[in-house]
Amino acid sequence: MLDDFLVRAALAAVGTAVAAGLLGCFVVWRRMAYFGDATAHAAVLGVAMALLFGTSITLGVAVVALCMAVLIHALTGQGVAVDTILGVLAHGALALGLVAVTLVPGQRIDLDAYLFGDVLSVTRSDLAVIWGGGALLMGVLWWHWSAMLTATLNPDLAHAAGINPRRQQLILTVLVAAVVAVAIKVVGALLITALLIIPAASARGFASTPERMAFFAMAIGALSALGGLRLALHFDTQVGPSIICVAVFIFALSMIGRHLPKLQV
Amino acid sequence: MSLIDARHIDFGHGGQRVLQNVSMSLDKGEIVTIVGPNGSGKSTLLRLLIGALKPQKGTVTRAPGLRIGYVPQKLHIDPTLPITVARFLNLPKPVPAAAASEALRTAGVAGLQRQQMSQLSGGQFQRVLLARAILANPDVLMLDEATQGLDQPGSAAFYRQIAAVRQDLGCAVLMVSHELHVVMSASDRVICLNGHICCEGTPEVVSAAPAYRELFGTGTGGALALYRHEHDHDHGHHHHEAAE
Repeated sequence: MLDDFLVRAALAAVGTAVAAGLLGCFVVWRRMAYFGDATAHAAVLGVAMALLFGTSITLGVAVVALCMAVLIHALTGQGVAVDTILGVLAHGALALGLVAVTLVPGQRIDLDAYLFGDVLSVTRSDLAVIWGGGALLMGVLWWHWSAMLTATLNPDLAHAAGINPRRQQLILTVLVAAVVAVAIKVVGALLITALLIIPAASARGFASTPERMAFFAMAIGALSALGGLRLALHFDTQVGPSIICVAVFIFALSMIGRHLPKLQV
Repeated sequence: MSLIDARHIDFGHGGQRVLQNVSMSLDKGEIVTIVGPNGSGKSTLLRLLIGALKPQKGTVTRAPGLRIGYVPQKLHIDPTLPITVARFLNLPKPVPAAAASEALRTAGVAGLQRQQMSQLSGGQFQRVLLARAILANPDVLMLDEATQGLDQPGSAAFYRQIAAVRQDLGCAVLMVSHELHVVMSASDRVICLNGHICCEGTPEVVSAAPAYRELFGTGTGGALALYRHEHDHDHGHHHHEAAE
């Protein structure tokens, strides 16, 4: 079954989208979208590093994304205006990555694959990384769920309950870096944030508790992945952007759904 | 031994000194109120006591295993985060449904479990925060300007609830407020803070202290006496300009 590239692509896309949908809830609740962007853009630099040093792309991206994430985490504790710094770091890393990639000696590199993803070429080992990483992410979130939710609601509330909110944030930061490393193959560096926030944002309208929102976000992520793959095959378009298009379509439907009752009044 | 003991605390940020040489302690079962003008470091002191901030000088010692029920000044729940009252009460530790509904009743908002937090009124919201704090079965209940955004009858009713809760649980209560006349009357001890501790003692002692009168004017002394004498009456309709 795994011999079929379409099956592999579907499994990779669904696995990534489910993990991103779950983590994306925290990204939305904590307003970390720009942070996700910065980490994702740094992934291009990670690709360049991996090619330069001849290591695996996933490893290169994971290391650079993690460095970026930890750097931002350290900066946010200092009371500096974070959005400007995020902007500098995000686009600095992206530009540096784009320049560095062209300096890699030897083969010409197909940048599109890293910017927009290349899910049709995933291998069995890619699949192992995606599903293994996804399972790990779910395990960590499961383990820390209550503490993380409390810290998300209010840091002082967490302190009073003996939870260190900075630690919870660091864990989330590392998880975002991990998702970036996993998702770059599927949707590419430019659209990873979309995969994080759009399913979560779409799920908001249907959910009455954080857990339900997380569940819906995962389901919407999976639906977008399969729908996008289908769309891409039908119209011969790029898979990554097609997945995001389907996600945006679902988001639009959810917004209309949320406002319908108001229209009827 | 005291529940919380702070010794010679200094704290500042951005070169600005917020607290200087502040020492205070909180004993079992007592109600202590910290009063002071805006920017006097009241909230900062509370956050130092719960451990959200570290003092730059001095020490904060909490009794081992101390359970703190914290009611923050204002809890902003991001509109993207859906959460029912019942779910909120179960954070961070799950509690039995019966305990949750009992805590809501104690806090004066029975039966709100299925409501979204975002749909509560200001008064309901603060009472749900109180219910959550009660559920921790706290040794000390800490309230940071917990009645901000409530009108006077509302905040008076809220503080009566606090006194009732203290009776029930036997916990200590540490409150921060600028609503002197309402809060002080319910306190065993008042600490008047303005970057440093200006004066402290029973409500009568503090309201008569020159340092206190300098900060808040003299009008509140009379208001306090009025409150003390009319304990069972509805005092929410009085206006005390000096206290605003």
